[in-house]
Order: sequence, then C-alpha cells, then structure tokens
Amino acid sequence: MSNLLNVSPSPHAHGKESTQKLMLNVVVALIPAFITSVFYFGIGAIIVTATSVASCLLFEYLIQRFILKKPISITDGSALVTGILLAFNLPSNIPVFTIITGSFIAIAVAKMTFGGLGNNPFNPALVGRVFMLISFPVQMTSWPVPKGLATGYTDAVTGATPLAIIKEGLKNGESLSSLMDKIPTPVQMFLGNMGGSMGEVAAVALLVGFVYLLFRKVITWHIPVSVIGSMAIFTTILWLVNPENNADPMFHILAGGVLLGAIFMATDYVTSPMVPKAMLIYGCGIGIITVIIRVYGAYPEGVSFAILIMNAFVPLMNTYIKPKRFGEEVKNG
Amino acid sequence: MLKTFPKGGVHPPENKLTAAIPIEYMPLPESVIIPLSQHIGTPSITVVNKGDSVKTGQIIATGKGFVSANIHSSVSGKVNRIDFALDSTGYKQTAVFIDVEGDEWISTIDRSKEINKEVKLSSEDIIKRCFESGIVGLGGATFPSHVKLTVPSGKKCKVLIINGVECEPYLTSDHRLMLEKGEEILTGVSILMKALKVEKAMIGIENNKPDAIAHLTKLASTFRGMTVHPLKVKYPQGAEKQLIKALTGREVPSGRLPLDVGAVVHNVGTAFAVYEAVQKNKPLIERVVTVTGKSLSKPGNYMVRTGTPLSRLIEAAGGLPGDTGKIINGGPMMGKAVINTDVPVVKGMSGVILIPREESVRNEIKPCIRCAKCISVCPVSLEPYLLMTLSEKGLFERAEKERITDCMECGCCSFTCPASRPLLDYIRLGKSSVIKMVRERNLK
Repeated sequence: MSNLLNVSPSPHAHGKESTQKLMLNVVVALIPAFITSVFYFGIGAIIVTATSVASCLLFEYLIQRFILKKPISITDGSALVTGILLAFNLPSNIPVFTIITGSFIAIAVAKMTFGGLGNNPFNPALVGRVFMLISFPVQMTSWPVPKGLATGYTDAVTGATPLAIIKEGLKNGESLSSLMDKIPTPVQMFLGNMGGSMGEVAAVALLVGFVYLLFRKVITWHIPVSVIGSMAIFTTILWLVNPENNADPMFHILAGGVLLGAIFMATDYVTSPMVPKAMLIYGCGIGIITVIIRVYGAYPEGVSFAILIMNAFVPLMNTYIKPKRFGEEVKNG
Repeated sequence: MLKTFPKGGVHPPENKLTAAIPIEYMPLPESVIIPLSQHIGTPSITVVNKGDSVKTGQIIATGKGFVSANIHSSVSGKVNRIDFALDSTGYKQTAVFIDVEGDEWISTIDRSKEINKEVKLSSEDIIKRCFESGIVGLGGATFPSHVKLTVPSGKKCKVLIINGVECEPYLTSDHRLMLEKGEEILTGVSILMKALKVEKAMIGIENNKPDAIAHLTKLASTFRGMTVHPLKVKYPQGAEKQLIKALTGREVPSGRLPLDVGAVVHNVGTAFAVYEAVQKNKPLIERVVTVTGKSLSKPGNYMVRTGTPLSRLIEAAGGLPGDTGKIINGGPMMGKAVINTDVPVVKGMSGVILIPREESVRNEIKPCIRCAKCISVCPVSLEPYLLMTLSEKGLFERAEKERITDCMECGCCSFTCPASRPLLDYIRLGKSSVIKMVRERNLK
C-alpha cells in the first residue's frame, strides 16, 4: 500500500484556502465591533453574543446528530458567524429565551431545512432577527443607551435609536432641525456612541473589519460599496428636494444597521450573487429598498428587510446575469 | 506596471527549486521506449521492423496526414520489438522498443558546437524541415509546428509571440534553456519569423526570471524585430490566448485560433528545436526535462533523449524518495499523474515532479458556499461552480450554453476552491460529453 502512487487528475496543487479559514476571517473582522459594543453596552453585549453563538452551534449539532444523522460540521465556522451576526443585530439587554428562539429559527428553519451550509436562500441570522422583531416587538425595540463598560445586563437605561427619533418626530409634526438636535452628532455616531443593536453602532469598528475582509480577500468591494453608494445617492436626492423632511445622507449611512448590513450581512456568500455585475445590482437594490422603508415605510429601519428581499432575487440573478466571457465580443483594433 | 492578462488567474507557490541548476546531459539508458503518438493529431506509422538496426536521429515513424509528426530514434541500437506500452498519460499505445548499442548518429546531423546564425533556407524549406524533423510544440501541447507555421491563404501573421513564461510551478527547463541557449533560441525565433514572413517577434517572460529577461533582452538587440517583455507572475499566463492578450491586448475569439488576431505563438523550447532542425539538421530526439521535488536529493534540469524511462531520470536526480506519493508528468497545475516510473520521456514532457505523500492526497470535499472565488479566478470568465453542477446532473445542453467548451482546464478553480471541490474533474467530464453531443448533432 505505502509504495503505491496516487493518480488523480490535475491540478495537483491546492491553494490551502478553506471554508473554515474564510469563516474565521469573518469572525476576526467582527472583533473590533464586538469590543466597541462591550465598551458601550457592558456585560449585556457579552451575554447576548455568548448565548446566540452557543445556541446556534448547539442547534446545528443537534440537528446534524439526531435528525439528519450526518457528519457533524459545526467546526466549519458558519454557525459561529451566524451566531455572532444574530447577536450583533439585537439590543444588548434582550432576554436570553428570545435569543435562543431566534437562534433556533436562524439555524433550524432558515439554514438546516434547506440542506445546511450553501443551500439556504435567505441569510439565516437575518431570518432569525426578523422573526424576533415580529414576535418580540417590545424587547426588540428597547434599545439600551450606551452607558459604558459598567452597564449591567437587565438594568440598562433604554431609549430610542436616532432613526426612531427622526421617524416618530416627523410623524408627530416636529421639524427636522429640532429633531436633529435630539440625536447624537455625526462624530458620536461614527464612533458608535448611540442607541441601537449591539454590533451595528460603531461605524469605525465596522469599517476596520471591512478593510480587513478586503485585505484578506474574503469579500470584494462590490456589495458594500453599492449598498452604501446607492443609499448615499438616493438620500442625497431626497435631502436636496425636501431638506425639511429628509435627513442628510451622512445620517442615513451612520444610523442603524447600514454598515453592519452592507459589510457583513449582505456579503454572506451563500445568499448573495456570484458575478460582480449582479453584486452591484443586488447592492443597489438593498440600498434603495432600505431608504424606501426608512422614509416611506412603517419601520424606522429597513436594512434587514431589504437584504432578505434582495436575497430572494439572487437565484434569478445567478441564472441570468453572466460574466463577460473571454473572447465573447471582441473589439480588436 | 508589468503586462499581464486582465481577468482571473492564480499565483501558486512557485517552488522553482532548480532555477539555478545548469542543464546536465543524461547518460544514455540501456533501452528506450518511443511511443508513436507524441503529438496532437494522427499517430505516426512505423517504418522500421523488429530486429532492424537504427542510428541516432534516424526516422522510425512517419507522420500520417497533415496534422501529425515524424518520430526519430533517439539512440543507436537494435529494434527489440514494436509493442504496446503505457505512456505518461496512462493509456496504452504502440511504441518502438530499442536496445541501445553505442551512440552512432546519422551522418547528416551537424554535431559541431558552433552557433550558426545565418538562415539560408527559404520559408517553404523551413516548414518542410520542421515537418521532417518531427518538431512539435514543446510547451506541453505538442501541436505539430509545421501546421502552425503554415499560414492559410487569406490569413496574415502580424506578430510572432515567443512563450518564455513558464508559469507552472516547479518547472525550470525553459528558464535554463533561455539562459544557456539564448543565441540558439533567438536564431530559432528569426527562423520562425522567416517561415511566417513576419517582421515582429515579442518574447514574453515572467518577472520571476530576471536573469533570463536581462540575458535575452541583451541578445535580442542584435537581432532584427525582436523585443523581450517582462510579465507579471500569474498562472496561466503561458496559455496561448492569455499570453496574446497580455502582450498585444488582443482577445482571440472563443473557438478561434490565434491567427484570427494575427498572432502565432511558439514556445522557447520549440524555437530551440527549430534552430537545431534548420541549422544543424538535427531532428527532435532530446529535450530539457526538469526533475524536481521537495524530497529529491539532487533535483536538476536534464537534457534527455526521448524514450528514456522516468526511472532513469529519477535515479539521476538522486533516487526515488521514500515519501513519494505522486509523480507528475508536467507541472502541478496541468500535468498528469503517472502510473509507474517505466513510462518514457516524450517530446512534450517538460518536467517530472515527485510530490511527497502528504501533499499528494486531496482534501475532503465540502459543500459549495458560493463564495464565487472560482468565477473570479477563471481566466476565461466561466462559472466553474455552475459547470460542475451541470456536469454532475448531466445537463449538457445547458452546459454548452454556459460555454463549457471554452474551458482550457487550467485548474485555477479547483486550486482556489475553499471547499476543495473537484470542479475541474467534473468540468472535464461535462466538456467531453458536450463535445461528443455537438459532434453527433453535426453529423445529423
């Protein structure tokens, strides 16, 4: 046996990249956002993340072990990423049982029923989050105010997010300029010093993660840039047309889950398109739908819904949007 | 900015262990096995019989039809038998077995060492000589060179491209040849230019061979119409259409030939063989083979007579390491794993790589996560993940529409796949089924 030669078709070399390494790189890219969220929201951020990660891993394990009776693949890191992303989309004071419910929906319903990693049409973490938003509307919208490291888990002071302040205020007929005084300054928002889901607040930390993902070639620029770019263009138009009723583009990009969504959720491999051209269309779709929901819809925030809606178009885009093949239409001088 | 092809490609670890080791002449083996099909096209027809005495350089099989090539004896001795032999692709084919006796060359070959730069033959005679001498593309594809030199009426060659890219990891045979036989290669290039009636030749060399670039740049200034172009290191730059794109910016249309954009590509090794055939009247009976591997004690570049068994090469390079798990004929990206070490060296064999056991096994196949890395590395912008699924499910008509036949089997997709999916294995399967389907449809 030992002196037999292996005979297999080419290539005989492999790039040493693996699913696990890619997932771990995403986890590394999420570390700055995790640190800032502990810094602003205290122990709650740790409890929520730990609960979410543990229950996502556990549900995947249980399903693979007892229902599918297949090899256990929780070490591939995908459930870990789902767990962290779900946690990052939640307020840091949310009760543990709701997190476990959300994790169950994310892993069992949104991922494993479709055949596990690689087969789910919708982003599992977002399905979990939206399920929680609809099932536990009170807990899901009681946002702790950032009070620093020493904040306890259940005794956090809650308040509205900047997006909710603007939405409610405009509905009640307040002027935009007076509302803008009630929300944090752009610098505070950039640093993450505002109410919101625990992982979405600190733009700076998320951008550090973005640069890392680009540097490690985990993702390409197409989706994040088209989401943010299309939002910027759309909100600039609204703002220029009616500055009394529409917040400026900077506010829209820094508030809510745009950066977390654009950099980490919309770029989920499984549920995003595979061809650069399609990635740009998908990203622009997310940006535009987000603004529509925020400005015209019932919810103050729309990133999760926008991503899930665009997820639905991905199979269609993968079927009909093709890369320009080499030697296809040739323009030779 | 260094030139390169714009889309796709990978940069595997170069592992050019033998780049600094000069070419060494291999001692003659006791016997050689010369297969009758060492080229793309119709196998040659033997013109010798069992028991015949042959001399080194004597023709032993003639090309049948236009796309075929003559085959010459690489040694002197007696034809032991004409029989089936396993070749380096793993298939059995007819081969001439010759027992070596001495090393007596046919008298028409000029064995002197002087470099003869004056090209006396006419264009037609050069092409004829290439056919007679059994010259085939030595970059690996082994397409008969006289076919590529014959420009069909209505087409015009505007530029000759010389491939000194050597983008495959490990291989250094072309690199060494450029350093040691630079003048011969450039004379070969001028012969090819004359045959093609073209005024301009571009020599592309990847930037990981600065010594070869410097050497040939200096020499090229003494020849007419030749320029040397350093290229960014990127696999598969040595692929004909990618090299044309990198050097000229022209894109050969899908399913067409380089001549459609006015280019003809030849390898540096071929240019050297053409030089020897035209100036020295020496047929293609030997070539440089890189014998390498991380565990090999004496890896090197060897000038080897065709028909020499691989076992002799491995012996010369220090013997088979105990941890050998795979032996590759060619480079690690496109080469073929051989079944045993009895297979002979053929015209198209640029290297023999001994891969240690732990690197010779593939990783476990994981589910596709749709990361799209296969699409981004595909030099022809196909969607390998999709082609694999279509091939797996037998949806060949759809695979044809997704242009599976444009795949050149460079292996970038399988190399890069984080889930270690055997993309190219399935694409090959699908491609051959699609080609068969199209052929049957055209017959109707």
